[in-house]
Parts: sequence; structure tokens; C-alpha cells
Amino acid sequence: MRRPVKNVAVRFSAIVSVVALLVAVTSCSPTPEATQSKTLKIVYQKTDSFTALDAVMQDAKKEFEAANSGVTVDLQPIQANDDDYGTKLSLAQRSADTAPDVFYEDTFKVRSDVDAGYLLKLDSYLEKWDDWSAFNEAAKAAGRADDGGIYAVPLGTDTRAIWYNKAVLQKAGVSLPWQPKTWDDILTTARAIKASDPNVIPFNMYAGKGTGEGTVMQSFYELLYGTDSTLYDEKEKKWVVGSLGFTDSLAFLKTLYDEKLAVSPAEALDANVWKKVFGEWFPQGKLAATVEGSYTPSFWQKGGAYEWPGYEQDMAVAMFPTQKGQEPGGVSMSGGWTLAVGAKSKNPELAFQFLTTALNKKNALAYDINNSQIAVRTDVASEPQYLAANPFVKDVSDLVKVTHYRPATADYPRISSAVQVATEAVITGKQSPEDAAAEYDATVRKLVGEDKVLEK
Amino acid sequence: MTIRRSLRLLPVVPSILLLLLFLLAPVVWSFYASFTDASLSGKAARDPQWVGADNYVRMFSDDSFPLAAWLTVVFVAASAVLGQNVLGLLIALLMTRSRRAVSSLVGTAVVAAWVLPEIVAAFAAYAYFNRDGTLNQLLGVVGGQGPDWLYSFPMVAIVLANTWRGTAFSMLVYRAALADVPRDISEAALVDGAKGWQRLTYITLPLIRSSIATNLMLITLQTLAVFTLIWVMTAGGPANASTTLPVLAYQEAFKFGDIGYGTAVASVLILLGMVFGAVYVRLLREQRP
Repeated sequence: MRRPVKNVAVRFSAIVSVVALLVAVTSCSPTPEATQSKTLKIVYQKTDSFTALDAVMQDAKKEFEAANSGVTVDLQPIQANDDDYGTKLSLAQRSADTAPDVFYEDTFKVRSDVDAGYLLKLDSYLEKWDDWSAFNEAAKAAGRADDGGIYAVPLGTDTRAIWYNKAVLQKAGVSLPWQPKTWDDILTTARAIKASDPNVIPFNMYAGKGTGEGTVMQSFYELLYGTDSTLYDEKEKKWVVGSLGFTDSLAFLKTLYDEKLAVSPAEALDANVWKKVFGEWFPQGKLAATVEGSYTPSFWQKGGAYEWPGYEQDMAVAMFPTQKGQEPGGVSMSGGWTLAVGAKSKNPELAFQFLTTALNKKNALAYDINNSQIAVRTDVASEPQYLAANPFVKDVSDLVKVTHYRPATADYPRISSAVQVATEAVITGKQSPEDAAAEYDATVRKLVGEDKVLEK
Repeated sequence: MTIRRSLRLLPVVPSILLLLLFLLAPVVWSFYASFTDASLSGKAARDPQWVGADNYVRMFSDDSFPLAAWLTVVFVAASAVLGQNVLGLLIALLMTRSRRAVSSLVGTAVVAAWVLPEIVAAFAAYAYFNRDGTLNQLLGVVGGQGPDWLYSFPMVAIVLANTWRGTAFSMLVYRAALADVPRDISEAALVDGAKGWQRLTYITLPLIRSSIATNLMLITLQTLAVFTLIWVMTAGGPANASTTLPVLAYQEAFKFGDIGYGTAVASVLILLGMVFGAVYVRLLREQRP
């Protein structure tokens, strides 16, 4: 026997109303008020090879809690790589309940996160902070958004250079110090190393999606920005397509991989290849040279993830050359991370105070030394202790003169991914440099629209 | 009487509410978000706009979506419908004939892969198929030199891994089903001179048909949703060669911060699951007219 539909509906609504009543009753019961003491939530990144910031935060917490009674600093390190850290941070920022008060923010995300309303404008706070004048001008710009306001304070910056193993080059008969003037110089030397010892990887450059931003920051942009072309026209605010420089850069990577001067494509696509570069190949003399960041010594120095006492003697730095030796003779890329205050913070004044504690001279000095960062505070940069932190501080700091920054637009992560896809297609032999460049152009047009691209 | 009946339903109300809240609500939200340009950062994060079917239009003009949809179908067909299902049935059938010790040994070995947490199984599979992994070392012992499986044959690697991991479930379902097949029918057929494969196709399989359909439905839906295994082993690579729909949805939503497009991919995945589900439910129904 079937019951009439009406009856079912009545029954269902009866159930619903009973439950609704239950829910209403429970939610009416008073919830205990949160204790009056204030809590600041601090979110930052911590990994097995990156603990320098954690140490600074622990110190800053102690200092800050001692100076402000009744305030609890809740440190919430996120254990993840850069990409996943960014995702997790964005997810937390979407809601006021989970948004942190102070957090570690990549410079290239500042603008798009300001657009998203995640960052608090700091101009009025910075006016009252004496130390702000100690930051160099270029560094101050790192936290500036499109509206001209400052939203983030830099912790340090970095540059990229060729790191090479002197012992390996010497064995191959390369005269030291080595400073290639053109791309061809790199190939010539790499071929000589290959000829003298086929088991050594002569010159590795990252490629493919596995190494993510590393592929573009520590490889492709050094090539592209050293041609007569560029990625993004800052004046016109348009993305460059159809450039010869882009194809040439891909062709250079293809040469490296085809002639087996770099690692095998399969190894290159492994997201953990950089760990082998620092942890195995350089210390064991299996790798002659690669392009890496100024933070490289942080892995090898005492307390680093891959301690290597000999690195100061064995390793050396060279500037990455431009394609044909054109001005200014070298290329570097810079990024860097900042601290910012959450726009949804309930205690912005306190949060900013914590930020200034974490970035005071003492903490900034400790961070720059332990993480091999290039100092952005002029008072830190002139500290003897900082200059003596490792033998390469001067070399990598000088590269600031020839450095470039990524276009920090909201479209950037997708463009970067399109570049990574192009490099992957070329080194795996799936596409010729011309075809991969053409596909990149098509992707960019699709991503940003016809009116935001520039044929160059 | 109506009231008494309602009261009788009262105990299941919390579970219905929880299902609505935690299962249906995210699905509805995801479906809604797929019509917006919601994102993790940028202007659209503050104020997502309704963009109509833009995300769906983009999906079909984007090369990576059709590829991912195809790979998803291949992955489900090869690792669930063929791999887990057929292998599970085969093992269950063999176990009914084998000695007790052998059958419990095989059972333990198969179930071991299944009781591992997914992340552990994924790392085990990664270690097995890796360039310097167990498989290539074993091949090295017999003088062969294996390729880099995860790079050269990523789909083969993830299909084998998922088959290895999931076969236990099908095996358990079929063991239970086979235990219910009345012996006398089989014996009668034997007396009539039916050969082994004839008894299997004309008697055993029709009798466990509903178990087959239920099993297929469960493992298909489970395999459609596999993410951790693929993410750990290949992360969808190289060059999207093992990017199935869940991996694509994750990449779009969380790597590129495009939640709108990511949820659109997820919505298609849900639809795909519903289509598979509907087909199996029909199969189940046809059985009892």
C-alpha cells in the first residue's frame, strides 16, 4: 500500500521543525566569552631545510610577550613547500576566523593579495616606526601595491648566480676564476667538462613543472632577461609574445639537455632534484655548475640541511652572462619574502608591533645570516658579522645591480606555469623550441586577453 | 499513527542532517562556485563575479580537460573494471579450490595492500616504480634494465598501483558471494557434463550478478576519486600524461588559485560518477524484474 505524497511531506516537515527547534535551543545557550587576554596568530613557513625564520619567530615571541603582558603570541608554522604554503595561507585568509594577524608573504604575491583584500595598508604605522628609514629604497618597493601604499615589510632579498665547483672545473682544465661572457662560453666550458669526464654533469639548469618557480627563477629568466627581449613590459603593462629571445632561451635549454650537459629529463622533472643538487651532486663533485640562489650557502653551512664543511673552498660564484655579452653583461633574478599584517586582524596595532619586533636589527641580522639572505636594512648590511657570514656575501650582493624582479601581477602564476610547460615540452623532445614558444604565446593570449599582449 | 511513524524516524534525523550539511552542502557550493570566477587571490577573491557558463566553455576549448577526462576513463576502466574486478574475482575463485594454508596466505598478501593508509601505499608504489626502485632493481638481478616507469609509462604505473591497492576489496566481496552459491546446482551441472568454464559462465556468474554490479559501482566511484596515489607517484606528470580529473581540479583550484574553474572540473567529475552510478543501478534492477 502506498501512502499519499501529502502525508510524507507533512511527516517530513514535522521532523524538520523538531530538529530546527533542537538546533535553536542549543544555539541559544550562552557560550562562554573568550578570555580578555589578546592572542596574535602568526603564520609562516618551516621545512626541514628552512628553520631560520622559525628561530627568529621563537625569539620574537619571547621578546614580545615579555614586553606586552597579557598578550599571547600563537606561532603556527606551516610545513610545506613554497607553492603549498601559499595555497594554505590564501585559504586561511579567506575567512576572518582563520586569517592570521601576521604572516610570511612572498613578494610576488603581495599585489594580488592586496587586490584580494588580505593585507593591511601599513603606511600610517610605518610613519611612526623609526627603523623604517633603515630599509633601502629598492626593498621598500617590494611591499608596494598598485595604489602606491606599502602593505608588507621585506625580511631580506636574494639574487641568482652560477655556482660552480672549482675542483671539478680545474680537473677539466678550465682556468679559474671562471666567468663566462656569453651563452656560448657556457656551452664551450660544459662540453670541455663533458669531454674530460663523462660522469660529471657539466652545467645543469632547471626545467619543467617539477621544480615549479625554481624553473623560471633559477633558469629560464636568467636566459630570457639576458636576450634583447623580456617577459613583461612594465611601462605598457603588457605581456611580451612572439619574441626571438623566448625561442632562443628554449633552444639553449634544448642544447643543454640534448647534449646531456644537464641532468636527464626524467631527473629534471622530479620535484626533489634540487635536493640532489645541494645534498649529493655538488658535495660529491658530480656536478660542475648550476644556476642557484644567493641563499645556497644556507644549505651547506653549519646547521644547514646538507652540511658541507668544504664548500667555502670548493665552491665559487659567477655572474650569469647575457646572450651575446650585451650590456649590462650579466643577469640575475630577485625575489624575497616579507612579513605582512592581515587586513582582518582584530588587533592591527599589536600585530604591527609584533612585526617590528620580528624585523628589528637583532632579529633581521640573525635571519639574514642563518638563511644567507641579502640584507635589506642598511644597518644590517654594514655589520661585520653579516659580511663575514660566508665568503660569497659580497659576490651575490653585487648582483643587485643587474637583477630583475618578476612581474607581480595576479596573472603571473599562470604565465609562470605556461613558461614551465614550454621548458618541459622542449627538454622532453615533445616540441621544438619554435612550437613550444608558439604554444606559450597562444596560452598567454588566452590567459590575459589580446589587449594585454605585445608583439616584440 | 502519523506521529508515531515520524517519531520512529527520529533517530535517523541526525545522520540525515549531517549528510546534508557535510555532503550535499559542499557539492551544492562547489556547483555554485563553478559559475563564478572565485579565486584564491586577486580581485576575484574579494568579490567573486557570476560568469555564467564561462568555466565550462573554457573547459572544452582547453586541451588539458579532454585529455584528463580521457585519462580518467582509461584509469577507471583499466585499474578498476578490469584490474581490481577481474583479478579480485579470479583470486576469489582460485581460493575456493586451493588449500586452506595457501588461500589464507594469498588473502593476507592481497589484503595487506588494502589496509595500508593511502599515503603509505602511494609512497610504497612510488618506491617500487621509481627509477632506482624495487622493480628496476629486481629487473637488474635478472640482467634486464627497466625504464623510468613513472616518467616513461606513468599511466601504466598508476594503473598497476591502483590495481594492487584495490584488488583486496573485490576479492573479499567475491569470496562472500561465491560462498553463497549453492553447491548442489554446480554439482548437478557437473553431473550433466558441464565443463569448468561452462559452470562459471552459466551458473556461478549469473548467480553472483548482483554482487558484481555492486562491486563495480563501489570500486568505480572509489577509483574516480583517487587523488593521493597519483599525486604522490607522478603529480599528474610528465606533461599532464597522468593528470586525471581530480588531479586537474586540484591543480586548477589550489595551484593556480582558480577556484571557479577547479570546481567546474569537480562538478563534471561528480556528473561522471552519477552516470556510472546510474548505469550500475540499472544493471542491478534488471536482475529482479
